[in-house]
Amino acid sequence: MNESLVIIGAGHAAGQLAASLAQDGFKGAVTLVGEEPHPPYQRPPLSKKFLAGEVTLDRLYVRPPAFYDKSGVRLMLDTRAVAIDRSARTVVIDGGAALPYTTLVLATGSRPRALPLAGNDLDGVLYLRTVQDVQAIRARLAAGRRLVIVGGGYIGLELAAVAARQKLQVTVLEQAPRLMARGVGPIVSGFYERLHREEGVNVITGTAVSGFAGDDRVTHVVCGEARHEADLVVVGVGAAPNVELARDAGLAVEDGIVVDAQCRTADPAVYAVGDCTRRLHPMLDQNLRLESVHNALEQAKIAAASICGRPPPAMETPWFWSDQYDVKLQMAGLSGGHDTAIVRGSPDSGRSFAVFYLRDGVLIAVDAVNRMPEFMASKALIAARARPDPSRLGDERVAMKAFAV
Amino acid sequence: MAKITFQDNNGKEQTIEISNGLSIMEGAVRAMVPGIDADCGGACSCATCMVYVPDDWRDRLPAKDANEEAMLQFCPHADERSRLSCQINVSDDLDGLRLSLPESQH
Repeated sequence: MNESLVIIGAGHAAGQLAASLAQDGFKGAVTLVGEEPHPPYQRPPLSKKFLAGEVTLDRLYVRPPAFYDKSGVRLMLDTRAVAIDRSARTVVIDGGAALPYTTLVLATGSRPRALPLAGNDLDGVLYLRTVQDVQAIRARLAAGRRLVIVGGGYIGLELAAVAARQKLQVTVLEQAPRLMARGVGPIVSGFYERLHREEGVNVITGTAVSGFAGDDRVTHVVCGEARHEADLVVVGVGAAPNVELARDAGLAVEDGIVVDAQCRTADPAVYAVGDCTRRLHPMLDQNLRLESVHNALEQAKIAAASICGRPPPAMETPWFWSDQYDVKLQMAGLSGGHDTAIVRGSPDSGRSFAVFYLRDGVLIAVDAVNRMPEFMASKALIAARARPDPSRLGDERVAMKAFAV
Repeated sequence: MAKITFQDNNGKEQTIEISNGLSIMEGAVRAMVPGIDADCGGACSCATCMVYVPDDWRDRLPAKDANEEAMLQFCPHADERSRLSCQINVSDDLDGLRLSLPESQH
């Protein structure tokens, strides 16, 4: 029987999967079903260079549009998958047509968490996830305008950096007591608060938004008694995995579609990759869902290898990055559960330092701020479960090369 | 526009044309040159687009900045011939450049 593989979703993971299948010599028919009008593109630049107008969409494609044709991948864009029939092995798309599959890969990604607050449907309250979202935001960025960003995570702060450089009056409202609380340790959060203040951003932590006010356009963000004037509001309060199709099809879902190390669900014909998945991470020994480019690419490569019957690629320490102003933040590993934080350099002055996180003497994570050697060396050390000497880690006179595994 | 040749770890060669203004990495990814992973998409954050530049070309390329230098120091398989292909923008001057690829980017 001829194999036919259907991918639901057209994000970073889906694009890499199509590329890896082609590279691994997959012989069956591949169909990629995506809701957006674009072939898979890279999302990280959306809140950075694409927002700033420094790169155009054609430079964001995971593979050039011609690749799909050349590799026999059928792109069904502007198309929504509405149901999976696992007994018939079909995917139903809007309009009712059924696409048969022998293998199905869910690459449904995640969506911005919505704030179910009064006034969230006012004109001028926007979210940032897609090219279309960014085009809408960009059209409203103009010097002097008041931008209120709800959420001090990566997306919100990257947007703040671009907008501050474009001379908007920017306010960031964060509910937690510190910025990027889910992603970095407190020392790094403190640095980013200083950084954004230095760049003219009004950062307010520990404040909960209670609603948005305005007649038809938003004019204020309301936080209890306080009101913040706004010409534009962007909400960036995290992402929720798109698991509805999987759940409705009876697949296991626990804040993410449950998969194994090879990205297989309990149904041997169904895989899932990227932001939408949850699994026991073999390297971190934790049950988790990762939202990152590295994870999307890695799972796509693993799934492609599994589908093609090839050995999986070696896994790497999970890593993440964020560019804000002239500051590159690179993170590797997950710092949750650390018992020791070692600082190298000064977080309180300048814009270059690193924090190493250890648990029981083992390096488990690093947050590196304009510190590529610290990041690169740590990535390898974390994978090797190395026990670097903490006093030497914190000593700038000891080159990172000295810790090489 | 420049014609650039990539030689993989097994000696297999592929020559592609890359438009001016794109990075060598972008051109290679568009042409599906195997062995250029470019996980971060050109942000100089991942060191998975490393290439080896032959001696006679080393001084003819735009110089490395401090970031690229730092990444390369810790990049597996890197040596003194190594560059990150996302950090080299293509111009007519690069026509005829021959690069070789590492056995792996990881």
